[in-house]
Amino acid sequence: MSPASAYDKWLEAFRASPTRDAAFATMSGIALEPVYGPRDGEFPGQFPYTRGLHASMYRSRLWTMRMFAGFGTALDTNRRFKEIIASGGTGLSTAFDMPTLLGLDSDAPMALGEVGRCGVAIDSLADMRDLFAGIDLGTITTSMTINSPAAVMLALFVAQAEESGVPRSRLGGTLQNDILKEYQAQKEFVFPPRASMRLVRDTIAFSAAEMPRWNSISVSGYHIREAGSTAAEELAFTLANGFAYVELAQQAGLGVDEVAPRLSFFFNAHIDFFEEIAKYRAARRIWARWMRNHYAARDERSWQLRFHTQTAGVSLTAQQPEINIARTAIEALAGVLGGTQSLHTNSMDEALALPSEKAARIALRTQQIIAHETGVVHVADPLGGSYFVEELTDEMERQAEALFAEIMALGEGSMLEGCVKGIEENWFQGRIADSAYQLERSFNEGTRIVVGVNDFTEGNDDADLEILRITNADERKQVGRLRAVRQSRDDEAVARAIDNLRKDAVDPEVNLMPALINAARAYVTVGEMMTAMVGVFGRHVEVPTL
Amino acid sequence: MTIRVLVAKVGLDGHDRGIKVVARLLRDAGMEVVYTGLFQTPETVAHAAIQEDVDVVGLSMLSGAHLTLAPLVVEALRAQGSDIPVVVGGIVPSNDLEDMKKAGVAAVFGTGTSAEEMVAEIVRIVGTTATP
Repeated sequence: MSPASAYDKWLEAFRASPTRDAAFATMSGIALEPVYGPRDGEFPGQFPYTRGLHASMYRSRLWTMRMFAGFGTALDTNRRFKEIIASGGTGLSTAFDMPTLLGLDSDAPMALGEVGRCGVAIDSLADMRDLFAGIDLGTITTSMTINSPAAVMLALFVAQAEESGVPRSRLGGTLQNDILKEYQAQKEFVFPPRASMRLVRDTIAFSAAEMPRWNSISVSGYHIREAGSTAAEELAFTLANGFAYVELAQQAGLGVDEVAPRLSFFFNAHIDFFEEIAKYRAARRIWARWMRNHYAARDERSWQLRFHTQTAGVSLTAQQPEINIARTAIEALAGVLGGTQSLHTNSMDEALALPSEKAARIALRTQQIIAHETGVVHVADPLGGSYFVEELTDEMERQAEALFAEIMALGEGSMLEGCVKGIEENWFQGRIADSAYQLERSFNEGTRIVVGVNDFTEGNDDADLEILRITNADERKQVGRLRAVRQSRDDEAVARAIDNLRKDAVDPEVNLMPALINAARAYVTVGEMMTAMVGVFGRHVEVPTL
Repeated sequence: MTIRVLVAKVGLDGHDRGIKVVARLLRDAGMEVVYTGLFQTPETVAHAAIQEDVDVVGLSMLSGAHLTLAPLVVEALRAQGSDIPVVVGGIVPSNDLEDMKKAGVAAVFGTGTSAEEMVAEIVRIVGTTATP
């Protein structure tokens, strides 16, 4: 061993890290090292980061407890946001309703019955202003889960923040903006894939130039897994999409080290405990290796895969919903043992409806128990070195590499082309549907047990939980708000802004963000901006396959 | 007689895992299954059901809009003179079951319904509405 062994380097990094004010010992008083392992092994904070991104992990800083929220009108969600902040949440995460996710205004005929139901309805700058009223966007970080209209929402967000006195350079947060997985899994798309990728490119370039604290894409495996993929498929498809965005940015003239540090990731925490932990460990290792070796990234931050975790919605049961608290706790623990940077825990009632306030509070409390009572945060990568977990980590990596090879072959050497072609040829969609079907058969055949569903069903007839009801009154309220905006704005400015947007959209070399921000300020609605772009880009129709 | 089923996604809900899995399970049970694809309107579903001459329409709904959209599909079918039964699968809170029934929905399959139960119920429904 050379004098500067892996351990020495780790120790130096650890000593340079801040430490939280907490006792790092077991409940019985046994003092704990920040990490365990052989001195010549890999340590946390060291390439390829299998054991975590930071030398000190949660001893310096706990993960961000980022609870996803949104329903009804912007006013309703603003109240929920303030409550989350008051009860100790440290980041906001915005859920939009289905019309907003598909770029429709609340009064569009197709929006009927969906306004404010699965998230908050945002039609214009007026809604954005109410959504963040009284919240300092310069200090709290904000995540916005939106994809096809992501550029539009970013424009509204920037316009709103600047109006409230916070310059775009100070805005911290994340735009999901991961359109590839929409075609692969979640299916909330508007434009054809290649046009969508142009908008993604524009948001990457815009935030690289003007928003230093902003994560331009949250590359999301969550929905791929929820749609039915295996853990290895979630891992491989997500990272492949990440590689594709890097290649897209390179095509736009950005260097890998300008874009990779701005990508964050988002994984599912499903119920198979060790497989999930292995997945997170493998994800960091694969990303680090590919960024350094394949994409020649030189900045360490480009090698470091940061990720958010959400517990698995599909693992929740409508039967005996209270037992979902236990499922969510186990899944959340896997995320923490896997070294997540932020975490959302689902509420027990989410197989029935959007969460009630009480259920959402219990979900947040679950994270706080893991963070402050269990002691699992004292030691980084506590499962590192386990024969089982190390082998499972290697197996995840092997399966992912095999899938990368297939995607690369589809794209004839380009991950970007492989991902787009794989979508156009239904390759991803078919694989995900196959895996979902296999899993469902195992439930039907009883070879896999789901407590309360195909076994242990006593108690299924107990009284129902109190669930959150969204009524059509919210829809009427929102349509009223939208009409008021349409009546009070300057129609000439609106027409001009839409015209400029259309002109810019026609030229693929132009970045659309300035035209979108300009339109946002003129109170052009989300639906109007999207319609203007559909006029240029067209609309994507998925060929229905079973 | 082979039972023919049209499975459909109405409105903006893009969750298609359930509908695809159910379609395959119904095929495994010997039924013929046609899938409309995403983002359909009640009218396009009714039209497709009549064109395809199916015995039953299955809607997959997970976004909470079932009380708005499922009745519209039933109405659209009846308006076009069809008595094809409509069933719904997905997330439907138990408080809504009564309203779904009143709106003419023949059955609701909640999450966790087994393939066997679903197939048996569809066979029963089709049996009771089949014209001699």
